[in-house]
Amino acid sequence: MNPLLLSHFTATSSIGQGLIPTLNALRQRYSGLHPCNFETVDLTTFIGEVAKVDNAVIPENLSHFDCRNNRLALLGLNQDGFADAVRNAIAEYGSQRVGVFMGTSTAGILQTEIAYRHRDPQTGALPADFIYRTTHNTFSVGDFTREYFGLTGPAVVVSSACSSSAKVFASARRMIDAGLIDAAIVGGVDSLCLTTLYGFNSLGLTSEKACRPFDTQRDGISVGEAAAFALLERPPARLKPDDILLLGVGESSDAYHMSSPHPEGLGAQMAMQQALTMARLQTGDIDYINLHGTATQSNDTAEGKAVNHLFGNTVPCSSTKGQTGHTLGAAGGLEAVICALALQHNFMPAGLNTEQLDPDLNLDYLLANRDQPLSYVLSNSFGFGGTNCSLIFGRASS
Amino acid sequence: MTTLTAYIDGIGLLGPGLIDWPSSQPILTGQHLYHSQKTILPPPELLASAERRRSGAAVKLTLAVGLEAVTAAGVDATTLPSVFSASGGDGDNCHAICEMLASDDRQISPTRFHNSVHNAASGYWSIATGAMTPASVLSGYDASFGAGLLEAMTQVVIDNTSTILLASDTRYPEPLNSARPISDALGISLVLSPVQTTQSLAKITISLSDAEANQMNNAELEQLRLSIPAGRGLPLLQAIAIQQSTHVVLDYLGNTRIAVDFTPC
Repeated sequence: MNPLLLSHFTATSSIGQGLIPTLNALRQRYSGLHPCNFETVDLTTFIGEVAKVDNAVIPENLSHFDCRNNRLALLGLNQDGFADAVRNAIAEYGSQRVGVFMGTSTAGILQTEIAYRHRDPQTGALPADFIYRTTHNTFSVGDFTREYFGLTGPAVVVSSACSSSAKVFASARRMIDAGLIDAAIVGGVDSLCLTTLYGFNSLGLTSEKACRPFDTQRDGISVGEAAAFALLERPPARLKPDDILLLGVGESSDAYHMSSPHPEGLGAQMAMQQALTMARLQTGDIDYINLHGTATQSNDTAEGKAVNHLFGNTVPCSSTKGQTGHTLGAAGGLEAVICALALQHNFMPAGLNTEQLDPDLNLDYLLANRDQPLSYVLSNSFGFGGTNCSLIFGRASS
Repeated sequence: MTTLTAYIDGIGLLGPGLIDWPSSQPILTGQHLYHSQKTILPPPELLASAERRRSGAAVKLTLAVGLEAVTAAGVDATTLPSVFSASGGDGDNCHAICEMLASDDRQISPTRFHNSVHNAASGYWSIATGAMTPASVLSGYDASFGAGLLEAMTQVVIDNTSTILLASDTRYPEPLNSARPISDALGISLVLSPVQTTQSLAKITISLSDAEANQMNNAELEQLRLSIPAGRGLPLLQAIAIQQSTHVVLDYLGNTRIAVDFTPC
């Protein structure tokens, strides 16, 4: 593929709001997970909650977008000067030439969950102040981002469960290559809600403890929330050495089961191999893998087999979900930013909470942070419905 | 101006009073009268019986139109990347989950939860057909058809591959239907190819435009176009049915629309 420059990027999650707090948290092995006290949820589980999401004030002219998911989007967009970088891109390219590609799984469904508690006792109607389009609807966070910046070009939300905000890179790449746009706001925003907390619990997939990826005793995820964004542009003739490039994208489907991965991770292998092929790299070129690593028995087993099959056990890898929780539709975007930070700071984050590595998963899984020059990193994101996406990022100096 | 070109090799259509593509063509050209009647969703025969029983309207509709399109195109579904575009996920399933979460017993069923994802139809399509190919699963609210068409066209042109677009929308039960009225289930599927084949029905070249969108001449079909997001694609299907070179503008996002230059093969 033609490499694309991540000219600006930012992330907001339970471990920090913006790049410096996020990097510091990773270096200090900080976990943002705490026992669940979200809303009226009465489950014994841990969550990765972003502090003070509800303090974000949606501009008055966009007040119909007001919901936790769009508040989190706003909070994230205004870290690290990202919104200003978008405005500069709009000034350079024009409002129709900057596309929006956002990933989410549940958008603002929390708004509907709450509205269902306040239905009219006679008619069953939802409260008059409930607005579906700009809160609950899957597109709302893409629509909000487009309206917030006054954009007039293409916009879309990708909603393929937990691969959503990895796959936005694939859609944006195609549209930039096609010449329809010159820059793309890509990212993921997913926020805590009852559907996912009770839903993953119903499947027996939430841990009662902070999640322990790749541990022998791993027993499920910790649901988290995040907003992560990158501005993608064609690279200029001269790049700075620590500029981050998107080099490869691989996508596949398991065609196996709605909520269980292919047991040998066949789809995951295909996605990783396609990303390598697109980046014109060999497995030996990859210095670090940010695993999907949800800490469910089946995900980590399938992913471990897939990674081992392609890479053997020599590539350092870790899941950062012990820090952030599983941020679902935002995970691909969040972990893309973590990969960019890793490349710029020659730093590989350890997997947290893992005490006894599963000996059946034969990987170089990092239990301690490691400082080492990095050239190329790979990030995996998989999801319900058997959707898989792998991204490869590299330093411009590589 | 940037343009993207592809060939349409197969079509699937299912909606109110529109049973399949062959029988809908004379309705779209005005040769046959349009009789509105509730969309009849066939059981998804490709799925195993347990999955068939659990599949909701969105899965049934999407699989039906996708299967019609690949059969018409004479292509193997396992070779096709796919683009699924819908305003929302399965409406009945979402309503059932929200009702339970508002009750004293919040223990929603695991099947309901995994069927609640926006990519449920995509997951079942891959399971039903065995396609391990990439699937893009999109929403653009009322712009979903245009968003799907753009994504599919960029796949065809940039990845130089045939692909299948499956744009489908289903309705919510009350009380959500009042907050998001979608009149009935309607799905449009197109198999698109980067090169002309023996199956090619038409060549389309698309670009972004601010021209006014085409409307349907028939008032009831125009109502379908406006009341179901996937219906925004009906003017394109009408052009295919008429089989004359023409220029059609489809609704997309507000004043940003999609112009289609259409040439029959």
